[in-house]
Amino acid sequence: MFAKNLAVSLLLGAFMAGGASTQALAQVKIGVVSSSTGPIALVGIPQKNSVPLLPTSVAGQTIQYIPLDDGSDPTATVSAFKKLITEDKVDAIIGPSGSPNAMGVIQFVAEAGVPMLAPVGTAAVVLPMTEQKKWVFKTTQNDDLIAAALIDHMAKTGIKTVGFIGTADPYGDNWLKVFGEGAAKRNIKLVGSERFQRQDTSLTAQGLKILSAAPDAVLIAAPGSSSVLPQITLYDQGYRGKIYQTHGAALPDFLKLGGKKVEGTILAASLMLVLDQVSDSHPSKKAATDYVAAYEKLNGSKPATFGANVFDAGLLLERAIPVALKGGEPGSPAFRSALRDALEQVKELPATQGVYNLTAADHSGFDERGRELITVSGGKWALVK
Amino acid sequence: MNLQIVMLLGQDGLTNGAIYALLALSILLVFTVTRILLIPQGEFVSFAALTMAAMQGGTPVRLGWLLLALALGGVVMDLYAAYRPGGRRRFAARALVMPVYAAVLAAATTLLPLDGIGAAAQAALTVALIVPLGLTLYRVFYQPIAGAHSLVLLIVSIAVHVVLVGVGLLMFGPEGARTEPFSDSGLQLGSVMLNSQTLWVVAVSLLLIVALYLFFGKSLYGKALRAAAVNRLGAELVGISPELAGKASFALAALIGSLSGILIAPITTIYFDSGFIISLKGFVGAIIGGLASYPLAALGALFIGQAESFSTFWASSYKEVIVFTLILPVLLWRSVSHKGAEDEE
Repeated sequence: MFAKNLAVSLLLGAFMAGGASTQALAQVKIGVVSSSTGPIALVGIPQKNSVPLLPTSVAGQTIQYIPLDDGSDPTATVSAFKKLITEDKVDAIIGPSGSPNAMGVIQFVAEAGVPMLAPVGTAAVVLPMTEQKKWVFKTTQNDDLIAAALIDHMAKTGIKTVGFIGTADPYGDNWLKVFGEGAAKRNIKLVGSERFQRQDTSLTAQGLKILSAAPDAVLIAAPGSSSVLPQITLYDQGYRGKIYQTHGAALPDFLKLGGKKVEGTILAASLMLVLDQVSDSHPSKKAATDYVAAYEKLNGSKPATFGANVFDAGLLLERAIPVALKGGEPGSPAFRSALRDALEQVKELPATQGVYNLTAADHSGFDERGRELITVSGGKWALVK
Repeated sequence: MNLQIVMLLGQDGLTNGAIYALLALSILLVFTVTRILLIPQGEFVSFAALTMAAMQGGTPVRLGWLLLALALGGVVMDLYAAYRPGGRRRFAARALVMPVYAAVLAAATTLLPLDGIGAAAQAALTVALIVPLGLTLYRVFYQPIAGAHSLVLLIVSIAVHVVLVGVGLLMFGPEGARTEPFSDSGLQLGSVMLNSQTLWVVAVSLLLIVALYLFFGKSLYGKALRAAAVNRLGAELVGISPELAGKASFALAALIGSLSGILIAPITTIYFDSGFIISLKGFVGAIIGGLASYPLAALGALFIGQAESFSTFWASSYKEVIVFTLILPVLLWRSVSHKGAEDEE
């Protein structure tokens, strides 16, 4: 009896699985890996919350999203990617949230031939371009684009010496490198570089070290709300020079945590912080306004830019999928390869963060329309005129 | 590097060291009484800081609900213990005190506006939430396995820590928070401005250490706890309840942890997972004291604070490496000087 039941249920199961897979062929499957728990959850949570806002059908194809959480752990990212590639047979993957997590999975997506749209900070995932990184696209501004805007402002306002405080992780590493190179070209001298951990309870020592070097300005490179403590420490120690922040500080909590002590900070980031102040002719204004409104309606709070990076990945796919459909059926290697080629051909796509112009050499594709120079004035973000 | 910088670094190290010392003392206290290495100690710190910040920021305080859930879990376990086959079939109404208390607090923190009641009242409310949390954690996770091998207790500690960090993310969100300082004034000492928060931290730490000294040296309950720490079986034979000793030590640890959290919240940004690294440094301090001596543990923690401050000044990238490498010579020295005296288990 038991054996018969088992046989029947197995048969039924096989039949239904077969039915499900033929149905699945008709739709595009996209995996989304984000770190909605663990140390970089502040990046992952707005990304996870943006998944329901992604386009659900393109050119008659429904798109199914398979969201997974990697707990901020690079090992878990690898298993999530392998699961999506081998079990779910996805056509593309959006994610992961963290730079080290992304670096670890590049070889696997390249091996399987699955395009990956990484909303991560470090430019190392797409630069220098290699055979493996051909499969990776990056939906954030490269650090050197942001750094160029800051260095430009420094040079114009006559700043000659700069101190650097950054996190002791790939974010801080890359900023120190990019900023050091750019500043040297404009004759701005880097007079001190200090590092810290996100969870450090005190930055007194780093602040004192910078203070004793007495730079004209200080650049703080830290992701999320960890960018606040160095600035407050410097303020409390009596430093009154100009403070520059990176796009890592571009989130509402920066103002909330910093209060009066972050007044006058200069940073370069996407237009999302100053949406109401940019002119209507800005190509990204509509996309960004729509995204912020939709996100706020769904989640009851304003999104951090990290979420917009995932949303942009959806816009890129929306543009590329119709082209890729000519190359093959969704679910086939031909489609994935065509999707990769189509992504590389995306031109003048206005998205929430800026305008994408992807080429074979540039898989991030932002120009100066992807950054605005922003300051803190009267406790609010304001465009630098 | 001049005298002023040395003074400022020393002040910074003293502030952190005092917090580490408090945590070292509570880790030591819990370990000697119950043989549990209290890894979730750091969560008391971060939960207290974030709860305080949530009250001041006017965002919902959800800690009461966690407390209520744990208290109800405790009641269910009490009921099961009483009515399972061979149980005593007696259920004291006293066991319902905790869930009722938790329910009242949860309702109060949810319904009442808490942002205008003043820092002192907010701090008191925070302590009132965290201390019973320590009690219920002991009841639910540790009391059923109080007699287990210390390795089992350690593994359960790690599990509780991981779960609490996850729950913390759920309750407080991923962003860090800080609270308003108690006062903006400071004390001018020569060329150096002593931060008022430093004075608060040092004063409260000293006060707590003296209070602990008096409690363990003079009061009956303190002596009972010490007896349970020295010899568990002997203490049971003379009528000291190991359950009471365990609960009391957890409540004390939670009290110290919550006070530490309230003290450091104005000087730094605390995240849902900040507690671990802070308590880890307290733990290193306790290790320097050989997990046995209170004064040595406190001194060790103060030393860690100074080492951290000065090593950050010289080589900020290698700060953690330097601090945690300090533990190696201490362990080496202790293992050479003590000929396996702790290998009784």
